[in-house]
Amino acid sequence: MSNLISNMAGSVWKIVVKEGDTVQSGQELIILESMKMEISLSAESSGVVKEIKVSEGDFVNEGDVLVEIE
Amino acid sequence: MFKKILIANRGEIARRIIRTCKAMNIKTVAIYSEADENSFHVLEADQAFLVGGPRVSESYLNIENILKIAAKTKADAIHPGYGLLSENAVFAEKCEQSGITFIGPSPEVIARMGSKIEARKAMEEAGVPVVPGITHPLSHANEAMNIASSMGYPVMLKASAGGGGIGMQVVHDHESLQKAFASNQKRANDFFGDGALYMEKCIENPRHIEIQLLADKKGNTVYLWERECSIQRRHQKVVEEAPSPFLDEATVIKMGEAAVKAAKAINYTNAGTMEFLVDSNMNFYFLEMNTRLQVEHPVTEEITGLDLVEEQIKIAAGESLSFTQSSMKREGHAIEVRIYAEDPKTFFPSPGKITTLTLPEGKNVRHEIAVRENDTVTPFYDPMIGKLIVKGKDRQEAIQIMQQALSEYNIAGIKSNIPLLREVLSHQAFHSGDTTTSFISRYINQ
Repeated sequence: MSNLISNMAGSVWKIVVKEGDTVQSGQELIILESMKMEISLSAESSGVVKEIKVSEGDFVNEGDVLVEIE
Repeated sequence: MFKKILIANRGEIARRIIRTCKAMNIKTVAIYSEADENSFHVLEADQAFLVGGPRVSESYLNIENILKIAAKTKADAIHPGYGLLSENAVFAEKCEQSGITFIGPSPEVIARMGSKIEARKAMEEAGVPVVPGITHPLSHANEAMNIASSMGYPVMLKASAGGGGIGMQVVHDHESLQKAFASNQKRANDFFGDGALYMEKCIENPRHIEIQLLADKKGNTVYLWERECSIQRRHQKVVEEAPSPFLDEATVIKMGEAAVKAAKAINYTNAGTMEFLVDSNMNFYFLEMNTRLQVEHPVTEEITGLDLVEEQIKIAAGESLSFTQSSMKREGHAIEVRIYAEDPKTFFPSPGKITTLTLPEGKNVRHEIAVRENDTVTPFYDPMIGKLIVKGKDRQEAIQIMQQALSEYNIAGIKSNIPLLREVLSHQAFHSGDTTTSFISRYINQ
């Protein structure tokens, strides 16, 4: 449905959901860390977490798909 | 004088310190993390040593490794720059214990100014105004009204256990205070299980203005006037200038003298800055003291002709200041902008490879920059990659030179805040000196 996409380059600091979780629109899924700033990423729509594409500590680029939600 | 100084920092400030050391014929030792192996400052120092992994906790905050390198290279002194270990009293103390001079104030003073409550107490004792307020819980709305009358409206009512703005309210008169007291007490109780409220005076639409100080170990202390740094984003400064477009000369002198008096009272030595909030009536209130060199120190250097890093080193080596308050003059107007690797609208960091970097040149244009074309900005450190400083004979000329320089400044490959800086510098409100801390949210990101 709507995937969670990284809005900046940085590392994955915390993943706060598991595959199979039902999430609500606006719910926090992942916290990225870059240049001493933590950015919380939230689901844009409700759904079920199909796949988490990254692990904590991974480096991601802007535009990368982090979580697939359906 | 010292023969060799270790620089416990990175980026533009490490380069800045190396430059002064070279001019003073002092050898330099750089430290670098695994992520900074190819950095500018590593090339420019006389010696450079790997200090640890890319994260600051492994490298630039690794006290043990830094002191090992200092001992191995027989450095006489350590310059901490700003940020990182610069305000770490434990580090300053360990330097002293290892027989290495820490270029900064004493560990006791660093610790004292590092505590908000202690610093506030010290300033009150020295007669420096602090934001009026009470720190004990208010028992009743009547008590709140009495205190509000004595400190003057508007006041800020705050929940002791509060956070996220809940239980916090600005009130302008007795009637609204009475209502706000009841409703906020209830909200604080509901949200935090604790209805305790306290109160401080609300400084409306403040400016952030700071006083630069220099103090030698013989008891000579001078102020090098003010810097106005009101234009901020995420509570970090973006544009700094001197003189302030707002303050009158009498207030500057009053602030300067208050800062000198307070610095003497706490036995302050080396360079330091007292930060104040200033309201629209030019009342000033102590905010905090930075016991180190500031990012924006070049603004003061431009109007005084001093090299503040050189002064820091001389003071640390035991030399007396070579000037007095009355022999110092300031001249012209200087503006600094901070170049951040970030999205100019959301302020989200933007690390990556710099594919193009063209810097403006000119007589009154100064760069303090840590990166070159084809360098990669890593996500491990602060997003500030450089500073651009200009000087004019007056504010109008300085703005003009800055606008010209910004129009020629070209960074590609990463996002930068250059578009935001151009907007600020061309805004009518900036030209007219309407520079309060809400500038960016009010005029730019509407």
